[in-house]
Amino acid sequence: MSLPEVAVIDYGVGNLLSVRRALEHCGARVTVTAEHRAILSAPRVVLPGVGAFADGMAELRRRGLDQVAREVASRGVSLLGICLGMQMLLGESEEFGLTQGLGLIPGRVVAMNCAACDGRRLKIPHIGWSALILAKGRRRWAGSFLQQVRPAEAVYFVHSFTAQPSDPGHRIADCLYGDLTISAAVARENVVGCQFHPEKSGEVGLKVLRGFLRQ
Amino acid sequence: MRNVRLIARLDVKGPNLIKGIHLEGLRVIGSPNEHALRYYQQGADELIYMDCVASLYGRNSLREIVQSAAQDVFVPVTVGGGVRCVEDVTELLRCGADKVAVNTAAVARPQLISDIARRFGSQCVVLSIEAKQLSPGRWEAYTDNGRQRTGLDVIEWVRRGVELGAGEILLTSVDREGTRRGFDIPLVRAVTAEVSVPVIASGGMGKAEDLVEVVRQGEPDAVAMADILHYQRSTMQEVRRAAQAAGIAVRACEPA
Repeated sequence: MSLPEVAVIDYGVGNLLSVRRALEHCGARVTVTAEHRAILSAPRVVLPGVGAFADGMAELRRRGLDQVAREVASRGVSLLGICLGMQMLLGESEEFGLTQGLGLIPGRVVAMNCAACDGRRLKIPHIGWSALILAKGRRRWAGSFLQQVRPAEAVYFVHSFTAQPSDPGHRIADCLYGDLTISAAVARENVVGCQFHPEKSGEVGLKVLRGFLRQ
Repeated sequence: MRNVRLIARLDVKGPNLIKGIHLEGLRVIGSPNEHALRYYQQGADELIYMDCVASLYGRNSLREIVQSAAQDVFVPVTVGGGVRCVEDVTELLRCGADKVAVNTAAVARPQLISDIARRFGSQCVVLSIEAKQLSPGRWEAYTDNGRQRTGLDVIEWVRRGVELGAGEILLTSVDREGTRRGFDIPLVRAVTAEVSVPVIASGGMGKAEDLVEVVRQGEPDAVAMADILHYQRSTMQEVRRAAQAAGIAVRACEPA
């Protein structure tokens, strides 16, 4: 059986080594690349990311990779956004003024609002392990890239902004942080994303990546 | 409720995992990555690698170690020891580190904290503090593995470090380190009361009850342990179960 192939989009930000190693650990053949042709010919594409939304989008645009990512999505190829990569799948972000995203999943990225929380101070960024829960209205993860994950299993988050998909049907998993409900995983047909870092979430994270590789 | 993170700390000298008492009298334990993999498989929430002679010799030997850890350890990794400039950070992140810890170079040039935070984000900068008690309620920050005095008051230095952009504090009690006598709880409490960024309590964990005590009374966000794991006096699973039994929120985790 041939190994599942994945292209990881390299746009100059983040620790791509961990994403590569985790995918390889799950049995994938990984190409880390900024080359349009290599990305467009891959059967699966990962858009990683760490840092600020506007910087990430600017780096993608500078390399023409925003168009490439949209083309990947429109061809029906599996596309996984991780952390900032997931946020960039949305329409726009409020981080440092309003910035356009890739617009592949309708919605907006907003600052996590501490004021909404109970008396205890809530630390922002949200750093650490939080349990995944089924998004409202969803009964199971079967059929999604989280199919091997069980509700209440914890994954690792590092973020200060949070995605708000406008269609609740695009929300797969959430997590609770204080009184906030954070969108932890999203999906719209072949385009999926996770706010957490599957490559840093131990065995549960590897199950998420395996689920993506099997889609 | 936030989960308290359970962190395995690996102090490294050259190719070896080592352990001292009060950060001195270092004994070789074995291969850092064999231990790292074991702690990962036992369910450690994070790993910290510290090169404990890097500042002394002006080098960091952790790059290869971290790079090979990235093969099969899939939890966040912090690397410290001998980090002097933004380029050192770039290099360590490229090798698979998620955060870097700074101490000696940040004391010499506090601006380093801001430089790293601006480039990679605050979540990437851990201010490592080696604290020795001067008198009840007062501690001095040390560098070079507890060898050099700085004259800095720990609480003031923590406050300044956070203002400059440190996203997390690794707080090591030199007095307790390697002694198995439990954490310096007043120190932990003094620091967590002062800053809003996460604080990792380190130094002195001899048994699981020590963790329960420091979490209840000092309210750190994370606890680092070394000796207790290295000498196999306990495992990550046992520590996690003891924390859960005491009603402390930790990640629910089944060993790999």
